[in-house]
Amino acid sequence: MWDFAPFILTLKLSLVTTAILFIVGVPLAYWLAYSRFKIKVVVEALVALPIVLPPSVLGFYLLLAFSPQNTFGRLLHEYLDIQFVFSFPGLVIASLIYSMPFMVQPIQSGFQQLPRTLLDAAYTLGKGRMTTLIKVLLPNIKASLLTGCILAFAHTIGEFGVVLMVGGNIPDETRVISIAIYDEVESMNYDKANMYSIALLAFSFMILTIVYIINYNHRRKIEIL
Amino acid sequence: MMKINLTHTLIGADGPLHLNIDVDIHDGELVSLYGPTGSGKSSILRMIAGLMKPDDGTIEVDRAMWYSKSNRLFTKPQYRHVGIVFQDYSLFPNMTVRENLTFALPQGEPTRIVDELLDITELKNLQHKKPHLLSGGQKQRIALTRALVRKPRVLLLDEPLSALDSEMRAKLQDYILKFHAEFKLKTILVSHDLPEIMKLSNRVLVLEGGRIIKDCPPRALIA
Repeated sequence: MWDFAPFILTLKLSLVTTAILFIVGVPLAYWLAYSRFKIKVVVEALVALPIVLPPSVLGFYLLLAFSPQNTFGRLLHEYLDIQFVFSFPGLVIASLIYSMPFMVQPIQSGFQQLPRTLLDAAYTLGKGRMTTLIKVLLPNIKASLLTGCILAFAHTIGEFGVVLMVGGNIPDETRVISIAIYDEVESMNYDKANMYSIALLAFSFMILTIVYIINYNHRRKIEIL
Repeated sequence: MMKINLTHTLIGADGPLHLNIDVDIHDGELVSLYGPTGSGKSSILRMIAGLMKPDDGTIEVDRAMWYSKSNRLFTKPQYRHVGIVFQDYSLFPNMTVRENLTFALPQGEPTRIVDELLDITELKNLQHKKPHLLSGGQKQRIALTRALVRKPRVLLLDEPLSALDSEMRAKLQDYILKFHAEFKLKTILVSHDLPEIMKLSNRVLVLEGGRIIKDCPPRALIA
């Protein structure tokens, strides 16, 4: 019998993570693309860290940080009554960090591919940074914005190690689809694990195909220009 | 009257270049900057437009100080009343021709000037087209028109016609002369093309090694 709860929870986690990452990622990518501060290379490295770091390492340190045994976790619990360990909000925080490069990097690259003279033209036409960002830059990097959203969404759907470390396996709270697959395998329910896996495989394939279609169309548009 | 006194060190492929410029440009003058690639011509335009901060000096236009290192004054490009046209047109690809022009209008300003300019430049039939559907000459005509929407005091042209064929060039040169006279501009043109300099400008500044080595009428260049 299908249990749709892990699907729904995974979808909810991915949507919330993608929405927050979009709001945070656009200004961060803009800063990384145009800032002349030397410190930006450190920030770039921090953003990219989850790509190379084993998810269990990130999950382990988040677990330590959020644990009520430690100062940060205790302060959150005592003063704000927030507990991130083994909870959905904890999963969201972990996913934000884990999927951040997949949102930020395509958008940053989109900004960097635009000719610098577009900004210069907008500034000399009397427009400030915000107007230039909203009316000139963002509309011309739609493909990068969409790629960032899709990749961040898909990456959050596929995460396992971080979720297991920070969230554990609590039904309807932290038991996302990848954890459900692991759980079914552990319980020798291979048929059920197979069904979850096929669904995840098909979904991931579809997402990546969409990203490549978007990029292909965008490249063609640039070639025409 | 525009008074430019700038020093700036540029780092190029051939090492550092020390720019040292001291020049006055009078109302109605169309001045060409002429010199080899890498002699700092485009950087001078960028500094006048406020897109680049000089190391030292002053820029004064019609008695308004735009830049003064000693007074720690730097007017942002948004407030400089400068129109600039780049070689690569820099039209906003997401906007139609008309939207590119209205973008330049200050908020709440009537669009009458846009309609007038569209008429003068014979662009009315293209106003609802996106830039990628237009020819190079049409794009540069729009870029030139857009630079004039805010009625600038200074027009800066950074090799605006170098990517166009000779027929389109001649047509655009006529537009530049027309606008320069009609809007009573102080225009600075960066160009490598001597016939173009002859046709358009009434004064040439020859740059070499970051300095003006000759300040003369265009005819003196071939004399």
